[in-house]
Amino acid sequence: MKIPRLLLFVILVAISYFIFKAPGIFLKQPIPSSLIVMYMFFAVVTILLWMTSTEEGMQGLVGPIKAMIEDPSKKTLRNIVFLIVPLLAGGITYMQLRPTYEAPVELRSIHPAPPSTVKVFGKTFNLMTLENPYRKVEKEDPAKFAQLVKEGGEVYFKNCFYCHGDKLDGRGHYAHGFNPLPANFTDIGTIAQLQESFLFWRIATGGPGLPKEGAPWISAMPIWENFLTEDEVWKVILFLYNYTGYVPRSWAK
Amino acid sequence: MKLSSVVFKGAPLLKKKFITALCLLAFLFTPLFLESIKLLPMKAGAAYASEQTAQAEKPSGPEAKSEAKKEEHPPAPKLTEKDYPQVKYINGRIMAWLVAQLHLWFAAFVLAVPILVFIVEAIGMATKDKRYDKMAYEFIKVSLTAYSITAVFGGLLLFTLVIFYPDFMKYMAGIFSPTILAYAFLFFAESACLYIYYYGWHAMETGFGKWMHLTIGWVLNVVGTVLMFFANAWVGFMMSPHGVDAAGVFEGNIWHAIHTHLWNPLNLHRTVANVAYGGSVVGAYAAYKFLSSKTSEERAHYDWMGYTANFIAVSALLPLPFAGYWLIAEIYAYSQQMGITLMGGVFAWLFIIQAVLIGALFLSVNYYLWCGMERSKGADRYTKYIKYIAFVIVACFLVWFTPHTLILTPGELKALGGPYHKYLGPLGIMPAKNTAVNIMLIFTFLSFLLYRRCNKVATVSWAPIGNAMQIAIFVAAIINIATLGIYYGYFTNTVYKVASSVPQVMSTLTVIIACLIIDVFMFKGAKEVAPLQWGKMPDRSQYALFLLAVSFTWLMGLMGFIRSAIRQHWHVYTVFRDNSPDAFTPTIGYATRIVSIGVVIFMAIVIFIFWLAHISGKKSVSKEASH
Repeated sequence: MKIPRLLLFVILVAISYFIFKAPGIFLKQPIPSSLIVMYMFFAVVTILLWMTSTEEGMQGLVGPIKAMIEDPSKKTLRNIVFLIVPLLAGGITYMQLRPTYEAPVELRSIHPAPPSTVKVFGKTFNLMTLENPYRKVEKEDPAKFAQLVKEGGEVYFKNCFYCHGDKLDGRGHYAHGFNPLPANFTDIGTIAQLQESFLFWRIATGGPGLPKEGAPWISAMPIWENFLTEDEVWKVILFLYNYTGYVPRSWAK
Repeated sequence: MKLSSVVFKGAPLLKKKFITALCLLAFLFTPLFLESIKLLPMKAGAAYASEQTAQAEKPSGPEAKSEAKKEEHPPAPKLTEKDYPQVKYINGRIMAWLVAQLHLWFAAFVLAVPILVFIVEAIGMATKDKRYDKMAYEFIKVSLTAYSITAVFGGLLLFTLVIFYPDFMKYMAGIFSPTILAYAFLFFAESACLYIYYYGWHAMETGFGKWMHLTIGWVLNVVGTVLMFFANAWVGFMMSPHGVDAAGVFEGNIWHAIHTHLWNPLNLHRTVANVAYGGSVVGAYAAYKFLSSKTSEERAHYDWMGYTANFIAVSALLPLPFAGYWLIAEIYAYSQQMGITLMGGVFAWLFIIQAVLIGALFLSVNYYLWCGMERSKGADRYTKYIKYIAFVIVACFLVWFTPHTLILTPGELKALGGPYHKYLGPLGIMPAKNTAVNIMLIFTFLSFLLYRRCNKVATVSWAPIGNAMQIAIFVAAIINIATLGIYYGYFTNTVYKVASSVPQVMSTLTVIIACLIIDVFMFKGAKEVAPLQWGKMPDRSQYALFLLAVSFTWLMGLMGFIRSAIRQHWHVYTVFRDNSPDAFTPTIGYATRIVSIGVVIFMAIVIFIFWLAHISGKKSVSKEASH
C-alpha cells in the first residue's frame, strides 16, 4: 500500500525527532535542545525538498492541504485543523516563554584564544614560537624522557588531580563543586587539539589570566606560576600528553 | 516603455562613463593624495615613538644604519583615540565595514563575470552555437552597471579610510605605494579592456575578429585577477605582516611585504570563490528573468541560462571548501591565537552560522538539479534515488554544523555531567567536518550525474562495465574518505590529521574527474529517450537559484568579517595597534546585524541592476520589432 504523501511527511518528521531524542533516552547523553531545534529544522527542510522535487510529489503533499481548505465537503475537518493549529502554536509559544527558575543558558567558548606573548616567571615568552624544552628528549634519550614524565606525574598528583581527577578526565574530588567542570584531558577536543605553548600559558596564568574576550570564564584554576617552577610546568605538560596518549598539536616542517 | 525611452535614451551609457571616469580619476590621484599626506607634518597629538627616538642621542655603527632605516621607514605609530578623526553622526568603523564589504561583493561579481563570459564565449566558438554567444553577451551586460558601482564603492572606501584612519593609511602607503600606483594603472587597463570587450562584441563577431575579441577577454581576466592579488597583498599583510620588524619598520623589500604567509591561500580562495559567486548572481538574474518571462521561448532561454550559471557556480563550489580549509589551516599555522579565536574562541558560533549557510548552498544546488530532472520524462528512472541522496546530504550536513561548544541548559549540563558530549564531541572537530563535506560533495556530484543522463540511454557495449566502474569508484572513495577521517583524525597526531585532508580531497576529485570521463565516453552517441524540454521547470526551482545567491552573499559578508576581525585590536597584527574608540570585538548579534544590513543593501542594488538590464532588454526587443 502506498502511504499518502502528507502522512509520510508526518511520519518522517516524527522519526527524525525520535532519532535526535534517542541518545538522551537510551544512552543518557541528551542532545541539547538548542541543537535539536537546528537539526529538526534542516531535517524538515530536506524532507520537504525531496518531496517537492517532482510535480507528482508536490501535488501529493500540497493536494490534500488544498482540498482541506477549499473543498466544502471537508468543512468539519477544516474546522478541527483550524482549531488545533493555533492552539498548538500557542501552546509551544507558551512553553518557550513561560517564566522558569532555571538559570539562563550561557554561550561559552571552550578554548580561550592565547595572547601572542605572555609574561610569567619574570620572563616574556612568545607563544607563537614557544616549544617545550623537554620535548626533544623524547627521541634523544627515552630513559631520561620517562624520568621527566614521571616527575611531571608527581607534580600532577600533588597539585592538579584534586580537580582534574586521577584519570585526567576532569572528575577529581573537588570537580563537582565547579560549574563548568574542570577540563577533561582525555576528550579528543581538548589537549589533543592544542600546542604545548597553549597549555604552558593556561597553567602558568590560570583563571585570572584568561582573556577578556569570551568572558565570563568562571574558572577556578589557580595562577600556577605562584606555586610551580617553569620546569615543573613543562614536565607536567609532558605527563598530560603521555598519560592520555595524545600528541601535542604541531605543524609539518 | 515610453518612460524608459525618454529617460534612458543615450543616458545610461554617458552616465556610466561619467561615473567611471570620476572614479578612475579618484584612483589615479590616490597615490598623490596619499603621498601628500605623507609629506604633511603629523598632528600635535600624535607624538610617535619614532619622533621621540629621533630626539634622543644619535647612535653610530650598525645602530646608525638601523636608525637610518627607521628614518626612511618609520615604525608603526602608537596611536591614541585622539588620532582617529570623528565625524558627527557617522560611525567610522561601521562605515568602513559596510563600504568595504559592498565594494568587495561587487568586485567579486565583476571579476567573476568576465571569467564566466570568457568560458561561455570560448564554448560558443568551439561549438559554433550562437546561443552561447548571446548568453555571454547578456552576462557581460549585467556586469557592466555593476562595474561602475564597484568603482563608486572603491572610491568611497578610499575616502572613508583616509578620513577615519589617516595614520593607518599613511603607514600602509609608506610600504605599499608602488603597488597602489600599479593598482590604479591596472584599474585603468581593466576598464579599457572591459569597454573594448563589451562595445566591440558585435564588431568582432566573426573570423579573426572573434579571436581578437576572445584574446581581449583573456587580457581582461588576467588584469582583473592581478588587480585582486594586489588588494589581497594588503589584506594578507594586515593579517600576517612580513618584511617589517617587530616595531613595524619596513625593511625595504616590497616583495616580502606582498608575499606574506597568507597571500597565496587568500589568492586561491578568493579566485575560486569569485567564480562561484559570479555564477550564483548570474543564476539569480536568470531566475528573475525566468519568472518574469511572458513567452515559452523566453522561459526556455532563461531556464538554460540559469542552468549554465548554476553549473559554473557549482563547478567552482566543489573545490571551494578545500581552498577555504587551506586558508584556515595556514591562519592557524601562522598564529595559534588567530586560529583558536577563529575556530574555538569568540568566533566559533559564527562558524556554525557559516556551516549552516554552506549547507543551505548544497541543499539548494541539489534541489535545483532534482527539479531539473522534470525537464525530461526519461528522468523517471532516476527520481527514486533522490531520497537516498537527500538522506546522505542531510546526515552530512548535520555533522557539518554540529558545534564543538554546545549551548546547554543547566539541566542538560547536569544530565551530561559536564560540557563535553560523548557522541557529539567528536563530531565538533575538523576530521568529522572534512569527512562530512567530502561525502556531501560526492553526493552532490551524484545528483549532477543522474541529471546528466536523465534524457538518454548509453548504447555502447561496455555500458554495464562503465556503470560498475563508476559505482566502484564512488564506494572506494567513500570508504577511503571515512577511513582517513576516522583513523587519522582521531587516532594520530595533528600533523597527520591536517595532512589527511589532502588525500580526502584527492578522493573526491578523483570521483568527479574519473566518473565524468567515463560518463562522457559512455554517453557518446547515446540514444535520446526523451528530449530535454528547456523551460519546463517548476517556478519553485528558481527560488533555489535566489537562495544560492543570497547564501553566497551572506557567507562572504560573514566570513569576510571573521577573517578581518581575528586580528582583534590590531590594524596590522602584532605590529600596529588599533586604538580607535571602536576597536572592540563585536558580539555575534552586533556583527551579524551589520553584515545582514550590508546584504540587504547589496541585494537592493543588485535588483536595481537586474531591473536596468530588464528595461534595456525591453528597449532592444521593441527596436527589433519596429525594424
